[in-house]
Amino acid sequence: MINLFQIVFVRVWQTALIALRALRRNKLRSCLTALGIIIGVASVVAMVAVGNGAQARITSEVSSLGQNLLMIFAGSRHTGGVNSGLGSASTMTIADAQAMAREIPDIAAVSPEDSATVQAIADGRNWSTTAYGESPDYLKIRDWKLTAGSMFTDHEVRSAAKVAVIGSKTANELFGPLNPVGQTVRLGTIPFVIIGQLESKGSGMGGQNQDDRFIIPYTTAMKRLTGDKYLRSINVEIVSADRMDSGEQQITSLLRQRHRLTADQSDDFNIFNQKEIADTVNSISKIITLLLGSIAGISLVVGGIGIMNIMLVSVTERTREIGIRIAVGAQPGDIRLQFLIEAVTLSLLGGLIGVLCGIGASKLVSVVANFHAVVSTGSILLAFGVSSAIGIFFGFYPATKAAALNPIDALRYE
Amino acid sequence: MNPPVKNQSVIQLRELVKTYKTGEVEVKAVRSVTLQIARGEFVAIMGASGSGKSTLMNTLGCLDQPTRGEYLLDGVAVAGLNRQQLARLRNQKLGFVFQGFNLLSRTTALENVELPMFYSHPLVPLRARRQRAVEALEKVGLGDRQQHHPSQLSGGQQQRIAIARALVNRPELVLADEPTGNLDTRTSIEIMELFQQLNDTGITIVMVTHELDIAAYCKRVVVMRDGQIVSDTQNEKRRTAAQELKRLDEAEQKAKLA
Repeated sequence: MINLFQIVFVRVWQTALIALRALRRNKLRSCLTALGIIIGVASVVAMVAVGNGAQARITSEVSSLGQNLLMIFAGSRHTGGVNSGLGSASTMTIADAQAMAREIPDIAAVSPEDSATVQAIADGRNWSTTAYGESPDYLKIRDWKLTAGSMFTDHEVRSAAKVAVIGSKTANELFGPLNPVGQTVRLGTIPFVIIGQLESKGSGMGGQNQDDRFIIPYTTAMKRLTGDKYLRSINVEIVSADRMDSGEQQITSLLRQRHRLTADQSDDFNIFNQKEIADTVNSISKIITLLLGSIAGISLVVGGIGIMNIMLVSVTERTREIGIRIAVGAQPGDIRLQFLIEAVTLSLLGGLIGVLCGIGASKLVSVVANFHAVVSTGSILLAFGVSSAIGIFFGFYPATKAAALNPIDALRYE
Repeated sequence: MNPPVKNQSVIQLRELVKTYKTGEVEVKAVRSVTLQIARGEFVAIMGASGSGKSTLMNTLGCLDQPTRGEYLLDGVAVAGLNRQQLARLRNQKLGFVFQGFNLLSRTTALENVELPMFYSHPLVPLRARRQRAVEALEKVGLGDRQQHHPSQLSGGQQQRIAIARALVNRPELVLADEPTGNLDTRTSIEIMELFQQLNDTGITIVMVTHELDIAAYCKRVVVMRDGQIVSDTQNEKRRTAAQELKRLDEAEQKAKLA
């Protein structure tokens, strides 16, 4: 058995040496043939890396919203055929939010939300931004930290105090490098004292800058900025990921009951489930990755056809050589192996260089586009496997053709 | 394969027939040839083109299968063997010398000679392979040309490499198909001298030629016409290539002096 293995190994090895020498003789041709595979493999690796990078980025953006987040928006209002859009309906109240916190055990924290676009003025500078009215739990819900100062308290919510927490971008626009905590800012006409500064989160979903904002008590927002009697939305944190769906159901039934909706009436609110959004976004980006990968895969097949083409030319060119080898006693299997090894060597070499180029291209994209492309081991192994399979598949026909040559005709071939 | 019996004929043909189909027409290239060639013979097969000698040669060389009849090569029945078995038979029992040399270009003389051992079963170990190839090259007088490529050598030298390649697997039979067809007169005689030397050491040689001058160096001459043997004679007035060369040299000397 060991002996047999040695014989097979030695035969394959010496045949491989012949094949490699043939490839070395036609360096330019071998390189150009391998180039097809190089481009194919490199684009598969790079495309999948870019796709994975995009997916990772989107996932991190979604999770930057916070953990286990549900956002309940007031429904749209119809007046005379005009649909005023989400959050415009006057249905959701502070009492709704309080009832949810009280009656649904799956809820960990609640923050009623009301927002307004304001012109912020401080220190002679002004900046248009958004003021969000929230509860003190908002930071916990959004998994957000302060770099300076502190969040307002429940007491300040109850008294509708004129205090604000400032986003890092807004702070930079209004105060430059100075510490904004303790400064006074006017939102519209009302002066607020800045008591804290948020850490930077970068851009969120949809690309809007999460760092450009004020957070103030929701009572202050409703009473002093907007005059709203109703909430635009309620942010809710659920205790754990596996309670998200049941939490959503309980909120739905509670709100339907409180809003006295009959069975034939549709919800007058909308619930955005962060987990669902994350899942959707994930599956979309997976499809995009697959799409990019398969487009790149097509070029891999084209590369394989290139190999087959060159191998066929090579078999024709070397008909006489094949004839000589067969005449002196080469078995059909020896000839087939020789050409198969040539094809596989081309495709594997192309695969190896392609992987390196693909990694290089991913790094380049990461640097140029300020984007982290993730090269996965899986895509490298896949590209390698596919390229060697392509070598075998597209090399098989020419190799078989060579092995089937009639030695008499082959020796006479000019 | 049975072990060959000593003193048996190397080649035994009985009523061998080979027909080709070219389109609808059936061509009878060889019709009923019966021939025996013993160990140590040096046979010339002669005939005009179309006489069937090349077809007979291809069949003798196990490159082609007979349509009918029996062919025993060194006691082994060739008819009915598959491609693998034929390849093994060629590798072990036959050496080929072609008109066009048929060497691998861009491959050294030594590697060309090693080629048949490459496909031997069992494998010849690398060191033994090299040694045997060098010995074969020395036997044909090209021991100092091991690393030359065919394109760097003259026609006569290329044919010598081809002969070394034919000998390297110690065949029962060397088949030569118009081996001097591409060579000038003097080189042709030199090649025939080499064949005669080899034959003197006991190697059986069968050679196809259409030149009487070349056939004159063989021990036996078989003439074919229309796919059949028309004469089969021992060559009583066999020429010796070594003497012929000496005479050529002397004639050249005289021409120079005059």
